Amino acid sequence: MGILDVQNVNKSFGGLKALHNVNLDIEEGKIHAIIGPNGAGKSTLLNCFVGKLMPDTGTVMFDGQSLLGIKPHEINQLGVSRVFQTPEIFSELTVWENTLIPCFAKRDGSFALHALSRVSDNKDMAEKAEKMLVDVDLINKKDMLASSMSRGDKRRLEMAMCLSQNPKLLLLDEPTAGMARADTQSTIELLKNIQKKLKITMVIIEHDMGVVFSLAQKISVLAQGTVIVEDVPEKIKGHPKVKEAYLGEAQV
Amino acid sequence: MKSISNADTRTLYFVAIIAILAPFILNPFPTDSGLAQFNAGYPDLMQRFAIYGILAIGFNILFGLTGYLSFGHAAFLGVGSYSAVWMFKLLSMNIIPAIILSVIVAGLFSLLIGFISLRRSGIYFSILTLAFAQMSFALAYSVLTPLTNGETGLQITLNDPRIFAAENVSGNLPVTSLFGMEMRDTWTLNLGAWDFQFNIGYYICAIFLLIAFYLSIRIFRSPFGMMLRAVKTNQTRLNYTGINTRPYTLAAFVISGMYAGLAGGLMASMDPLAGAERMQWTASGEIVLMTILGGTGTLLGPVMGAGFIKYFENIFSKINDTVLHGWFAWMPDGLENIIVWILHLFTGKGWHLTLGIMFMLIVIFLPGGLMEGMSRIGNWWKRRKGGDENTSDATSTPAE
Repeated sequence: MGILDVQNVNKSFGGLKALHNVNLDIEEGKIHAIIGPNGAGKSTLLNCFVGKLMPDTGTVMFDGQSLLGIKPHEINQLGVSRVFQTPEIFSELTVWENTLIPCFAKRDGSFALHALSRVSDNKDMAEKAEKMLVDVDLINKKDMLASSMSRGDKRRLEMAMCLSQNPKLLLLDEPTAGMARADTQSTIELLKNIQKKLKITMVIIEHDMGVVFSLAQKISVLAQGTVIVEDVPEKIKGHPKVKEAYLGEAQV
Repeated sequence: MKSISNADTRTLYFVAIIAILAPFILNPFPTDSGLAQFNAGYPDLMQRFAIYGILAIGFNILFGLTGYLSFGHAAFLGVGSYSAVWMFKLLSMNIIPAIILSVIVAGLFSLLIGFISLRRSGIYFSILTLAFAQMSFALAYSVLTPLTNGETGLQITLNDPRIFAAENVSGNLPVTSLFGMEMRDTWTLNLGAWDFQFNIGYYICAIFLLIAFYLSIRIFRSPFGMMLRAVKTNQTRLNYTGINTRPYTLAAFVISGMYAGLAGGLMASMDPLAGAERMQWTASGEIVLMTILGGTGTLLGPVMGAGFIKYFENIFSKINDTVLHGWFAWMPDGLENIIVWILHLFTGKGWHLTLGIMFMLIVIFLPGGLMEGMSRIGNWWKRRKGGDENTSDATSTPAE
């Protein structure tokens, strides 16, 4: 059994069956991609992992513990971080503060009343944040307001925020959506390096086939709310079922 | 002051110096001159500057950092006042137990209201707090009359038990004090045409203001303060970062409620009575105005906003038609009457109109409040100075 074990997950919205008997087994230390045409239920599935949606039936086990019915912040404290489709960052704070907050959250838990110590007195936190910003190449922008950065930078900042918590599982919802070609390349390199160095398990939802095939070690193809194929990238490329699902939407 | 940075230490010293020298700074005009009515250096008003400063600082910890706009903060002020007066009635006229109880009671009260109101955010949160404050007002005004003495307001009387006080033989109402120092004691310094008043009560309030201000700097610079600012900008990200936002917002709410309780306790310590009108929604609105006017989320802004509004409330409202006629007596009669008629709308009882116009102008042109105005002036000054140096360089270069 892998680190994330999803069994028989069903989810309906009114009459629409968004997920139908989804089974997934995510192996520890691997990059697992979930692909599929628009409306296949990829984001719905991800939302079931992080406490945003509650599946109608089925189980989602992470590291031997059920993720169903507990709140997003509790799931994060278990070691699951998430990168959003549109970067969710603290846009009115500086890049530096953005990076510090996850470090404090990791150290102090979901609530701590450190109202009289100074942020800058926490040298260990500062070291961690600085190292993270160097890793994503944002250290020279650390005093900028997060809202004033380019979209690619925001995305890298969000990734740095997630990674600074040393998550056991990193969920990425279209991490290269809306990025320039060069940024996409550097993001792929970044993720590859992280994976090599830290052995973090990643689940990537992605539209861009180039990204998927250069990153993923295993791919699940989702269509109409159910997993139709699950295999290594080489086998997925020419798979007839996958071609059928995409119906010429992308050259697979 | 190792625990706060240099810039913050300078701000703190700045506030301390202003507070100590307030009797001089607020009294720039000679006592007998026509401008003496613009002097604000009398004990009653100076006390109010400090007390409302504390109130606004506390409100800013909630509104400025988390963005949760409480529209019921006057309830905590009122609760603090009532608690303090009860202490004067039951224990003694010493202000210390009164202030301690008012902070504790306001803290508990805000814990209750905050726990319920913080289930919602945005406008719903504001409405919930407003509803609670109005309920408290109604309770204080009528239902809880045995506790609050209804519309008359809670006052001290000669028959109160005051178990720790020496027996009162004078037949006069006792006065609030701190170990023998009476709050109303004022020492007047005559310097030529000027009278400067140094009041014990004011300096007690000023000490509390400085403590409150120092604590607010610490909170602003702490990890807790950083989390509160994160709440304001993106709660989704904060949740997915492993932070439970509810206890953070509740803690901020209770802290700011305790600040309001302290302000209420001090208010009763300066003048031992408490009325329900202190809890009314207009009083809550005034706190919001002070904070926005001064600069939401800045350290110094709320104190400035509080001073600004209290100054206008007390000084502009004193300018009545007689005063206006006195000013414009040199004009031809018809013109004088017209001018007085126009200004009449904005002064005396119409001072709210002046305040409203100023508030509109500041919100439209200086969304950051008075603090933004100051920093703009500062920048303009720097640029001008920089510009001067450049031009002087330009003129001096050919001469060389």
